[in-house]
Amino acid sequence: MAAEGQTSHAPTAGEYIVHHLQHLQSGKQSSVVDFSVVNIDSVFYSILLGVIGCWLLWLAARKATSGVPGRFQAAVEMLVEMVDSQAKGIVHNAHSRKLVAPLALTVFVWIFMMNAMDLLPVDLLPHLWHVTQPIHGAPNYMRVVPTADLSITMGLSVSVLLICLYYNVKIKGLGGWVHELFSAPFGDKWFLYPVNFLMQIIEFVAKTVSHGMRLFGNMYAGELIFMLIALMGGAFALSFTGIALAIGHVIAGAVWAIFHILIITLQAFVFMMLTLVYVGQAHDAH
Amino acid sequence: MEVISFVALAAGLIIGLGAVGACIGIGIMGGKYLESAGRQPELMGELQTKMFLLAGLIDAAFIIGTGIALWFATANPFLAQIANLPK
Repeated sequence: MAAEGQTSHAPTAGEYIVHHLQHLQSGKQSSVVDFSVVNIDSVFYSILLGVIGCWLLWLAARKATSGVPGRFQAAVEMLVEMVDSQAKGIVHNAHSRKLVAPLALTVFVWIFMMNAMDLLPVDLLPHLWHVTQPIHGAPNYMRVVPTADLSITMGLSVSVLLICLYYNVKIKGLGGWVHELFSAPFGDKWFLYPVNFLMQIIEFVAKTVSHGMRLFGNMYAGELIFMLIALMGGAFALSFTGIALAIGHVIAGAVWAIFHILIITLQAFVFMMLTLVYVGQAHDAH
Repeated sequence: MEVISFVALAAGLIIGLGAVGACIGIGIMGGKYLESAGRQPELMGELQTKMFLLAGLIDAAFIIGTGIALWFATANPFLAQIANLPK
């Protein structure tokens, strides 16, 4: 098995999974929430993919012609039109859409590319990291799917929350928004203010947490299943009937990867749509 | 030993019950989508986007459960807790 770390014996199935679920971190994580630790691998891959995504879109925009478009330009145009029509249907404010529609497009492309890292062979990049360890000397951990890291997905959803708060203040004014916070779901009565405020806070927290957790859960489960499939293939040398395991690995891996193409696109789309819906809600006055 | 068997049962229940819920949900929604597409075929494209969005939402809880159950099944966190208990 590929990145088995410093252990001299072959790792057991549990050890293999635990090893692959460990991030390359800047320090030792001491608690569940520890803001002094940076998951270097997630940050590196997310920024790299963000730059590549922006570069691809820029390339399409720079080479765009008004004549017959090439395949690449046509694909990007379809994507932009899809996002634009969704944004038009949800955010009914042409001025806000100038920021929100490109935001949704960037989020979609970025999350799609981060999710698509799942489709690389599960041990490819960790193994390269393992092989080159004598050169860089860093700890032998590597996770290549940034969206399977709760820090990244919660970072994205909190950013969306901040944009929602910004638009709440911008559209309704600070006074109007505070008034809505205290009077929104049940009505503008002084004795309802605490209940209303509590409901609004619960709504914001639930929206943000479920937004991030949904993407994380899907990608984490997908990654874990890819690891289990890799384990199945890895066990083929251990037994006499192991060749069946190797064949099963190829079949299960192919089936899951094909199904995963649907999931990664769907989750990127869901994240983009919910971003639009939440920003659209910030525009609605109660 | 008891812990291992309980965790195995729990993993089965998490995946199984989650799958029941998600499948019923997706089934009802898919059926309604086909029904409404039959009634008003011109709305099909618009409804399809919304159906996929909802499919992603319905699937999420189940997939999160599956991930957690598989994590329990392969790298059981409760065994470490038991090992750390004072004897």
